Formats: sequence, structure tokens, C-alpha cells
Amino acid sequence: MSLSEFFNMGGYAFHVWTSYGLSFVLMVMLVVLPMQHKKQLTRRIRKAIRRRTES
Amino acid sequence: MWKYLLKLTSFKNFYQFSGKLLPWLGVITFILFVVGLYWSLVIAPIDYQQKDSYRILYVHVPAAWMSLFVYIVMATSGAIHLIWKTKLSEVIANNCAPIGAVFTFLALVTGAIWGQPTWGTWWVWDARLTSELILLFLYIGYMSLHSAIEDRASAARAAAILAIVGLVNIPIIHYSVDWWFTLHQSASISVSKGSSMHPSMYWPLFVMATAFKFYFATVLLMRTRNDILERDQNANWVQEQEKSL
Repeated sequence: MSLSEFFNMGGYAFHVWTSYGLSFVLMVMLVVLPMQHKKQLTRRIRKAIRRRTES
Repeated sequence: MWKYLLKLTSFKNFYQFSGKLLPWLGVITFILFVVGLYWSLVIAPIDYQQKDSYRILYVHVPAAWMSLFVYIVMATSGAIHLIWKTKLSEVIANNCAPIGAVFTFLALVTGAIWGQPTWGTWWVWDARLTSELILLFLYIGYMSLHSAIEDRASAARAAAILAIVGLVNIPIIHYSVDWWFTLHQSASISVSKGSSMHPSMYWPLFVMATAFKFYFATVLLMRTRNDILERDQNANWVQEQEKSL
């Protein structure tokens, strides 16, 4: 099987790649969002700790 | 045994225990997806009727299975929260909703994209499709209701009750293809009758479905841990833990 054949998906390229692409984008988003949230949270908590120990 | 399990559900213990588990879950999820995607898109043979368009099955079916599974987890945690007032089950139930909504949305959209060349239509008001759409509304309803009530304890209680009532929709979705003979095909794989799919097509589905399960566990843990950190940010254990970092 050649690479262009693979991407063509027997003429169903639009259907197959839209399905997989959309699933990929949404499922990656579902992982990235909590990672960013965690970064924000820890930054805020550590800032508060520093403020308290300095004062 | 019970004492030990109960101890694990305290925010502090759960956070520390799940922190050790999470990297492993992430790695397993990643490997399963790499194997599953290669198997479904490259190795699995072409369908003699639907040609390559049937490969949508490998995301559509796991997403649809997970949309039901996540709902059951959400309603069960909600019920546990109502009965024993455990904080952990409250947080778990809340974090199931957005993940389940994404799976339901994906099942509906990939189903529509698959339906277009196979059935000749994106959408019909078929029993399976309609009940799955209702499931999406249940997830959205859960999240709206929870965010609409300000008092956290009442919000959790109301949302849990909604989730439990909505449970009736789960067997309706599952059996819809047998109860109403409409467009959506009936199950190819069942616990009692086994699989009517050829193993060369069944095994990639099994790997993808397992990948989705691990993915759900990973994302649920990530979200739950964030909520725990946020709610316990002034607790001693969080302070000690973050000070040393």
C-alpha cells in the first residue's frame, strides 16, 4: 500500500479523516486543559505560600 | 480492608496515591492508542461492502461505549455521594460530565459522518440516534444544573439526582436497536452471544476500546486531582507538599 493510497482511504478520505481528526482534536483538548489548569493552580498556591512566609 | 479503602478516599491519600498511578496510566493509554490506530487504519482489512469508510467504526464504537460507561460511573458516584456524603465521589461525578459529553458528541458526529455514505443521510430520528442525543442533553443538563446552583452542597445533590434519574436512558440506548427496528444496525458484539465480527476486524476494535477506557481513567484522574488541589489548597498537606517543591 502506498502512502497516497493510505491517505485516500479508498475514496472515503473526507469521512475517515474528519472522524479521526475531530476525535483527535477534542480528546487532546481534554488532556491539555487540565494540564494548564494544574499549572495555574500550583502557581497560585506557591505564590500564596511565599507571600505568607515572607511577611 | 474497609478501613484501608476508606482511608484511600480522603483527599490527601487519594491525591498522593493517584499521583503515582497517573504516569503509568498515561503511558499505557499512549501505547494502546499507537497500536490501536495503526491496527485500525493500516492492518485491519477492507470491508467488502463499505470499503474503507467502515474504519470510522474504530472511533465511533469506542466513543459510544464510553458515553454509556462514563454516565454509569457519574450516576454511581453521584449516588455514593448522596448516601455517604463522601467528598471524593462528588468530585469524581462532576468531572465525569464533560468527558462523557465529549464522548457522546463524538459518537453522534462520527456516526453522522459514517451514516452519510452508508445510509445516504447524516441524520434520522432513529431510536438509537435519538436516545444518544438525549444522553448528550443529560450531560449538558448535569453541568448547567451544577453550575447554576451556588451552594456547592446543594449543587452536588441536585446534579446527582439528575444523573440518577437520567440512568433510565442507558438501557433504552442499549436496547433501542432491538426494541425498535429502525436504521441503526443491532450490536455486532455482545457479552452473551460473542462477536459476529471477523477477528481481524474485532481485535483492533478491542484495542481501541481499551485505549479509550485508559484514556478516560487518565483524564478523570487529572481533572479530579485538580479539583482536590483547589478545594484543599489551604490544607496543611497541600502547603507542605508545595513548599518543598
